[in-house]
Amino acid sequence: MSGGAEPTVEVSGLTKRFPVGRTGQVVNAVNGVSLSIRPGETLGMVGESGSGKSTIGRAMLRLTEPSAGRIVFGGRDITHLPAKSTRRLRRDMQIVFQDPWSALNPRMKIGSLIGEPLLLHEDMAASERRDRTEALARRVHLSPEFLARHPSDLSGGQLQRVCIARAIATNPRLIVLDEPTSSLDLSVRAGILELLAEIRTQTKAAMLFISHDLGTIRLISDRIVVLYLGRIVEEAPTADLFERPAHPYTQSLLSAHLPADPKVRIARHVLEGEVPSPIDMPSGCAFHTRCPVAQPDCRSVEPGQVAIGGSGHMASCLRIADGGNIIGSRGAA
Amino acid sequence: MTILSVRDLRTHFISRDIDNRVRVAAALNDVSFSVSAGEVLGLVGETGAGKSLTAQSICGLLRPPARVVGGEVVFDGASLLDMAPDDLNRLRGDAIAMVVQNPRTSLDPLTRIGEQLVRVHQAHRRVARPAARERALEMMAAVGIPDPTSRIDAWPHELSGGMAQRVLIAMALMNSPKLLIADEPTTGLDVTVQAQILDLLRDLVARFNMAAIVITHDLGIVAHYCERVAVMFAGGIVETGPVGAIFDNPSHPYTRNLIAATPERLAIGQASMLGGPPPDLYNLPGGCHHRDRCRYARDVCGEPPPDVELAENHRVRCHFAGDLPEPAAAATAKGAAA
Repeated sequence: MSGGAEPTVEVSGLTKRFPVGRTGQVVNAVNGVSLSIRPGETLGMVGESGSGKSTIGRAMLRLTEPSAGRIVFGGRDITHLPAKSTRRLRRDMQIVFQDPWSALNPRMKIGSLIGEPLLLHEDMAASERRDRTEALARRVHLSPEFLARHPSDLSGGQLQRVCIARAIATNPRLIVLDEPTSSLDLSVRAGILELLAEIRTQTKAAMLFISHDLGTIRLISDRIVVLYLGRIVEEAPTADLFERPAHPYTQSLLSAHLPADPKVRIARHVLEGEVPSPIDMPSGCAFHTRCPVAQPDCRSVEPGQVAIGGSGHMASCLRIADGGNIIGSRGAA
Repeated sequence: MTILSVRDLRTHFISRDIDNRVRVAAALNDVSFSVSAGEVLGLVGETGAGKSLTAQSICGLLRPPARVVGGEVVFDGASLLDMAPDDLNRLRGDAIAMVVQNPRTSLDPLTRIGEQLVRVHQAHRRVARPAARERALEMMAAVGIPDPTSRIDAWPHELSGGMAQRVLIAMALMNSPKLLIADEPTTGLDVTVQAQILDLLRDLVARFNMAAIVITHDLGIVAHYCERVAVMFAGGIVETGPVGAIFDNPSHPYTRNLIAATPERLAIGQASMLGGPPPDLYNLPGGCHHRDRCRYARDVCGEPPPDVELAENHRVRCHFAGDLPEPAAAATAKGAAA
């Protein structure tokens, strides 16, 4: 990771295992993830369902207890902070969920919903809170006339704006956005993305943008991490990742993306088989069971991160050393 | 060869309000399109535009208060709207098959998947169980389910989302349909799985010479898997044509907005006029329904827009079809088109 300002959040060796009933087995949801986000930076996180995206986002905010690893927020180790003290942290770290319909209390008015974080975290008079609520509504481009209505009167895009207003109410330093646009229509999605970009420049908050939509993530992120089975397989500045994907999984993921342009020729690298079960993790490189360029070594050796170029582009693949990591190029690079 | 032709289809939701006055929501307004054998038609539009309702109206799956109030649907020479329920039942699941968005809720959780496939087959064909089971294995193999002999006795909950969707497609294929309607077949699936399912769908259409309608809001799917596209807005088709022509030369303002809102073309920071609330179906504005959201709207838009054929098979419902100002010049080109 290149220099610059002190990171807002730094996660190292984050691991999360969920027990499976009373069988003694565990789901290895997150396996040793390290990442950091600087103020004003948006880190995109892509991966298929079950790759651990949401678990990482939640663990970062201590909404899920990590099994191992360290979370440093604003220079302070919050990994083992007692639950009681985490509440005060919430004003500095917020989350926006995928489904705005279920994220908001249907019995509360929009005004109370937006004002709720202020009520919980800020000591202010009711009149001041009302003013701030109105200002927040305007900041997310929501007409103040909605404040007296209930969530059922608003559309999905408007509700997501309410969720964003709630998230930015206390001027947090970290906002986790867990698929915030996935349930929205294309044109509405565009508006939300614009709003998020605007908020990022205004507040300099660090953002973790979780999505499985490559087009969206490319648009909004400064850097991107790619997850596979709870591990980061590649990390790079956005342009680098799309131009020179190094990990075979990233390459196949990008090749499966369908750009909305019939003229773009897509050279598809179809992956064989299905994602292995996180209960029974493959040995060595977790991707070797589906990797088109896997070698015998990949089954036993767990690859470390290899730096590619000087831009902070890293990938975890054994084949990078011999140049065999590029699908379809067969060997020499 | 045209398999399905829909002409001026109108579906209304007819209900009564609290004062017992009749309320009518005009959900589909003169929808017309056709699909030929071996062709994939994409049906796109925003939530509430009437995409799924179109599919349901065609198949006779509407429930009150929704009702088809006009138009005609001709499938393989027969008019579906005039057909007796029993005759329609014989067609559905047989010559017309449907794949819906949520594979998990579309499978009976208490029945093994093989049994479900066999039932669909036996409901329409007089075949013995062993033969039906044989057919089920064959179709499971055709949709790329690995090791069908062991999977055929699996329960729905044992399948991943992608596998469950393959089972649904296998079920749709059991009786060799002529028309396959896929309503958001890959929404909710991962991109790599989505690509596999769509490849499969396209191969099957070519192999069995089916006609297919893919309902989606993903223009990426349209761009790469469909031959033609119909763009819906407020219960009407505003533009239809070959995929290449629509992307090269989107001629309805709504189509332009839709294409401009794709992540590939969106530039963060530029002020945009995208989106807006959909029109109230209970109280549709007269004339062009897109008027209130349209930046090119003029007085003439109070009149119903004409159906203009711009090029072969490229039709647009807009007063300014063919001479919309270029997007960049739009802001300054006041009245130029009128």
